[in-house]
Amino acid sequence: MTTAVADRPVAATTTRTRKRRTSGVLLGLLAWVIGVIFIIPVLWMVLTSFHSEADAGTNPPSINAPLTLDGYRDFFGSSTGTNPWPYLANSATASVSSTIIVLLLAFPAAYALSIRPVRKWSDVLFFFLSTKMLPLVAGLLPIYLFAQKVHMLDNIFLLIILYTTMNLPIAVWMLRSFLAEVPPAILEAAAIDGAGVVYTMRKIITPIAVPGIASTALICFIFSWNELLFARVLTGVTAQTAPVFLTSFVTSQGLFLAKVCAAATVVSIPVVVAGFAAQDKLVQGLSLGAVK
Amino acid sequence: MVRGAPKRILAMLAALTAAFALAACGGLGWAGGSGDRLRVLMVNNPQMVDLQKLASTFTQQTGIKVDFTVLPENDLRDKASQEFSSQAGQYDVATLSNFEIPFYSKNHWLVPMDDYIAKDAAFDQSDILKPIAKSLTGPDGKIYGEPFYGESSFLMYRKDVFAAKGLTVPDHPTWDQVADMAAKVDNAQPGMRGICLRGQPGWGQVLAPLTTVVNTFGGTWFDKDWKAQVTGPGFTAGTNFYINLVRSHGEIGAAQAGFTECLTDLEQGKAAMWYDATSAAGSLDGPDSPVAGKIGYVQGPVKETKSSGWLYAWSWAIEKASSKKDNAWKFISWASSKAYEDLVGSRLGWARVPAGKRASTYTNPDYLKVAQSFAAPTLTAIQAADPTSPGVQPRPTIGIQFVDIPEFTDFGTSASQAISSAIAGKISVQSALNQSQGLAEAVGKLYQK
Amino acid sequence: MATPLTDTAVGPSRAAHRADRWVTPTGAPTTARQRWVRRAPLLPALVFLIIVTQLPFVATLVISFLRWNALSPQTRGWAGIDNYKKVFTDSALRSSVLFTIVLTATVVIVSLALGLAIALLLDRTFFGRGLVRTLMITPFLIVPVAAALLFKHGIYNPSYGLLNGTLTWIWDLFGGTAPQPDWLTDHPKIMVEAQLIWQWTPFMMLILLAGLQSRDPEVMEAANVDGATAWQTFTHLTLPHMRQYLELGALLGTIFIIQNFDAVFVITSGGLGTANLPYTIYQTFFSAHDYGLASAQGVVVVVGSLIIATLALRTVSSLLREEST
Repeated sequence: MTTAVADRPVAATTTRTRKRRTSGVLLGLLAWVIGVIFIIPVLWMVLTSFHSEADAGTNPPSINAPLTLDGYRDFFGSSTGTNPWPYLANSATASVSSTIIVLLLAFPAAYALSIRPVRKWSDVLFFFLSTKMLPLVAGLLPIYLFAQKVHMLDNIFLLIILYTTMNLPIAVWMLRSFLAEVPPAILEAAAIDGAGVVYTMRKIITPIAVPGIASTALICFIFSWNELLFARVLTGVTAQTAPVFLTSFVTSQGLFLAKVCAAATVVSIPVVVAGFAAQDKLVQGLSLGAVK
Repeated sequence: MVRGAPKRILAMLAALTAAFALAACGGLGWAGGSGDRLRVLMVNNPQMVDLQKLASTFTQQTGIKVDFTVLPENDLRDKASQEFSSQAGQYDVATLSNFEIPFYSKNHWLVPMDDYIAKDAAFDQSDILKPIAKSLTGPDGKIYGEPFYGESSFLMYRKDVFAAKGLTVPDHPTWDQVADMAAKVDNAQPGMRGICLRGQPGWGQVLAPLTTVVNTFGGTWFDKDWKAQVTGPGFTAGTNFYINLVRSHGEIGAAQAGFTECLTDLEQGKAAMWYDATSAAGSLDGPDSPVAGKIGYVQGPVKETKSSGWLYAWSWAIEKASSKKDNAWKFISWASSKAYEDLVGSRLGWARVPAGKRASTYTNPDYLKVAQSFAAPTLTAIQAADPTSPGVQPRPTIGIQFVDIPEFTDFGTSASQAISSAIAGKISVQSALNQSQGLAEAVGKLYQK
Repeated sequence: MATPLTDTAVGPSRAAHRADRWVTPTGAPTTARQRWVRRAPLLPALVFLIIVTQLPFVATLVISFLRWNALSPQTRGWAGIDNYKKVFTDSALRSSVLFTIVLTATVVIVSLALGLAIALLLDRTFFGRGLVRTLMITPFLIVPVAAALLFKHGIYNPSYGLLNGTLTWIWDLFGGTAPQPDWLTDHPKIMVEAQLIWQWTPFMMLILLAGLQSRDPEVMEAANVDGATAWQTFTHLTLPHMRQYLELGALLGTIFIIQNFDAVFVITSGGLGTANLPYTIYQTFFSAHDYGLASAQGVVVVVGSLIIATLALRTVSSLLREEST
């Protein structure tokens, strides 16, 4: 490799490098421009959340309007007597609990589909994916009626079960591909040494698959937190989640843009923080895991 | 082989327990709580949000804590209809309206309130405005709802702009006069359109003002034999008039404009007239409004009828499956009382009082001081509303701006989407009317005996 | 961590490694007990999923044969295939199906293309690359209903939204009145698609970026030395390698966008021709309260998606093809 480079004449290297550098800088600039364009709506949302309602509704947009915490005050309930913490707690409980349960169910299932696969593993995988084809709305009515009969309406456990169901297929699929990464040589060595299934899972596979598990957990958390339809229909007073609470700020009889932006910002913060913190895992998980 | 198994299983159980413990800590959920609690489902209009703020007063008086679920109007109707039709028992009280209450009571989903009213003298049922009280009764004549606030519709206009143009608006204008004036004040100020009319899809959005226009042009959704009359002469004339007026002198973005958009347009000087709910006056003449004091109010325009204003009241109803009916009545009795109106007036300002339901409000000097420009026209509009006969021909069921059947929400919304498209210029008015006629005919057949 | 065995080189060696997983060093599972030991870890997830998804589906199937309108409880009864007849003759449902297909295809294809372009840009080193990547990921992390509300009221609104506001601001710089188009009314479908593309491009970008970063640097360098132009490298080396990642993005994107409810519900309430399948079924359930008809719609949608999914996954995708048993 090094010899090949040294063989090239000096003059050609300089021109080519210069050309590459300019186009490199231009392309870097282009990436910046695109990044900024994509982030502008989010920046607008955060900025508007700090404006008063009247300033939020002007045209042209008032970027320099005085900043105020009114939107956040309204959201955190100084004026309405309600506060969002119970709803945020509901969302957190439902998301975290369902993610834990999903991982506990999906990990062994992924093992049984990759490392020591059952026959017809691809059929099983296809079945898992096919359960995501049913539009959730269509299955909603029987679930509502059933929940009503067993008095499970407005109950966080119901949401946990449903979110687990919602995320399980994707989790199994992602984890399966991560586990398929484990080098067979290591497994063979362990098998020859007499390690059983559980020991193999715990001591050998898990350390290798930690990034995959982390990214799967993150994806499940994100999708559970964001879920609106089931939460709206199946919860009422006690188990209402944050996205449903967010929609309650949209009124048909008054100005609400600043309030909604404040609410939207706060409700999105946990997911944004989790996403930023686990950026690299996310990149790994969305691709390396599921493609092999 | 066996060594690692118990530890691994223990670890799994620990994680599982943690997950459930987390959930269990919150009980069924983190919101709500224990003790004497009442669950109320309501729409998130400003008057209801004010109620939520003042609910602590109710708790102090009675010791009953109230848990509110507040939703935007469309979401609320979906949830309320789901709740009441399945009698899920998730809520004790909900804000329904004079649209749902008649046929919900027919299905035995609501609790009749006559006994409660008889024992509650302080409530003073006779003070409730007659048209509204009548619209909240069931087919058996019993009362099934109490209004929280009521409204009709009227015409609002910028007094200063009209004065500058040398125009006067009569107290009982006709639609032809209004169209004329809209043309004259169009662009009276830069960016100001002649009139703002709703165009947003929704049976409670564009269809409300449109149906009142249709009524006064001699049209109707159904004749007394449930034959759909959407393509009839009155309905066609009224719809053509409405859509032409909006297209020529109406606001931009009319096809998406609902109550809020027109309110914003009026406040920002983008429209000179507005035909809509009487409850808008409270916002237009409120302390934060840039146009406070500049708005004049007259009766809804007519053509062939004496009045055209609609009748609507967000009202409290008690779910049959509720286990807290007595507490529910205590709450309703407090929320719709004269005392509550005084409370709002003193604490939040008299412009925010949930008016339009009691005659006593309109003789209250404190209220009149703040509402002098719109109090009388509001009262006149409500008292002139007649849901049993709002047009020139007999109707098969009650309703001014709606047809009081459960199917109306669905076919009304579909029809309104066609009308909205016509306002946007995407389809012709005749095409929208034909589509709506088809939808109405399908429903009419269900009711023809 | 990477050993030669897990090297992500493009090549045929992977299949060889995978093919022998079924056979362990101690032999293929032959006894029934051995086979059940293999199945055991799969069972909790499988059983759970079957119970929570198939039972409601069966219930939906049963209800689809009933005449059940919650608002008219007195008319409950057996309907036979009436609901299905209504489903197939209903033009509203047909246009809903059509729009669902159009929406999904448009959003998936455009966000894949955009995602690929942006991933290519982010694959090179430049100043602040990590920050740009963080900026790009953010739209995917905003709660979908919050994003839909933001777009509907804060961006598309003709009176005070950001789009028209920017137009006013630009025109003010040059003097004159700005055009203030009514975005949602004039182009409702495109506006809904735009919101979804904004949210899903980061998702595609992440997948494709990892795909780009998993290319073998030696192969790329060799091509460079041999004098291949950037375009040739892209078409002959990068794209084939990216094929699996593109398919993955398309698959995941399709699954999620077909189900999308929040955007249509919030932005247009299904009006102006933007009703997609989940929204139509929702409206039949919660607006019309026609449970029988809505269940029939649901069943038809499931059967349709299964047919399409079977065709797509079995014939087009290479994702499940390796290790064919």
